[in-house]
Amino acid sequence: MKRFLQVAWLVVRKDLRVESRNKEMLLTTLFFAVSCVLVFSFGFVRGGEAIEGSASGVLWITIAFSGTLALGRAFERERHHDALRGLLMAPVDRPAIYVGKLVGVLLLLALVEALVVVMVAFLFQAPLFRHGWWLLTLLSLGTIGFASVGTLFSAMLLRTRSRAVLLPVLLYPVTIPVLIMGVSGTFALVQPEPDLVLARVWVSLLFFFDIVFVTLALWTFEPVMTE
Amino acid sequence: MNLVLSAGEIIGVLGPNGAGKSTLLGVLSTLAEPSSGDVLYGDLTASAGGAPLRAQVGFLSHDLQLYPELTARENLEFFAGLYGLDRPAERAHEALAKAGLSERSDDIVEGFSRGMRQRLALERTLLHAPRLVLFDEPFTGLDDASCGALVTRLQQLRTAGRIVVLATHDLDVVSQVLDRAVLLRMGRLRELGSTGSLRERYRAALAEAPRGRRPVQFGPSGSGPGASPA
Repeated sequence: MKRFLQVAWLVVRKDLRVESRNKEMLLTTLFFAVSCVLVFSFGFVRGGEAIEGSASGVLWITIAFSGTLALGRAFERERHHDALRGLLMAPVDRPAIYVGKLVGVLLLLALVEALVVVMVAFLFQAPLFRHGWWLLTLLSLGTIGFASVGTLFSAMLLRTRSRAVLLPVLLYPVTIPVLIMGVSGTFALVQPEPDLVLARVWVSLLFFFDIVFVTLALWTFEPVMTE
Repeated sequence: MNLVLSAGEIIGVLGPNGAGKSTLLGVLSTLAEPSSGDVLYGDLTASAGGAPLRAQVGFLSHDLQLYPELTARENLEFFAGLYGLDRPAERAHEALAKAGLSERSDDIVEGFSRGMRQRLALERTLLHAPRLVLFDEPFTGLDDASCGALVTRLQQLRTAGRIVVLATHDLDVVSQVLDRAVLLRMGRLRELGSTGSLRERYRAALAEAPRGRRPVQFGPSGSGPGASPA
């Protein structure tokens, strides 16, 4: 287990180091997320009043869109110069490589979400921070569910030519339940009378989804990466 | 195909483009599975050998498997860590000295010339002292000095008892180092003879080897698949 975590950390540290130098994924994902929220705010906010429930939908659809963009690039630096072969040749548990890539994507999305939440709260006048810990739990579990499937699909599609098109086509049907749970849970928190019992139900379902999909991804990563 | 590789020899896999040289190396590296048959590493198959077997294999492909955004030292330390080597910083330092890149150790690889990248990638491949070393077109894009350095390194590997498999088109360069050469064509492997220059042997074997499917003639009548070539 120690070696597994060591390898995952090596991959995370390498990805963070590369990202800190070119900021390619961070800047494009942030720019896209900010643009999304701004455009939605013009559509859903009239006279300073947002349409009821729109904030939760905008928050999660922005996470999904910008997350797809980030996931599409997650393995790009492994594809260039055939670095993936170097990774796969290493005598390590290959799922550790998956975990490393997943954590890298999660850290990036966490940064993006921090900005998106503030923007949505401000532009849509949504009380997102009223139950901050609940929102943080929902966002964390939802992002893990979305990114765990996305990272696996991103790795699977690495050798296909039309991966940019195929990723959302494969990803959304599988992760729609996560987005629905995220939207419903967030809506339960921001409505005038917050329904914490309902929010707890969605959090539990998201937790269950995460367990299933992270387990499946860890189990299938090795065969998926064998030519 | 049937091929036995022994310690301390350098085997050249020759053949025209599309013959399957890279695929063969992919299978030998354990990253690709053969559609039929087995590759045995001693008594082990790739699936039985798993990670400990991969620790004995090094593979340098035409793409150099380096991260251009990282420095030379960071690249080597990253792979040393992945291979679980002790003292990764020290190993990286030694490898940089062997590659003649000690002065450039903290420079981003993106700014390196092809020859410098190739030397760095070679040391990355050999960092964990693999017993089986696979090279796919290692001489492409190298100048004479870099080719010479690579040839010297290959000879050192032979002396150290490694098994070296080299897929290449550069007959003139590899003729100095090969112990054996095989021709791969249409999924068939055959040993090249031992008389004459490598180029002559290669040409002779190429002339004898199957050339592939005969072209299909399409015509108005009495023709189709299986008909005589035009």
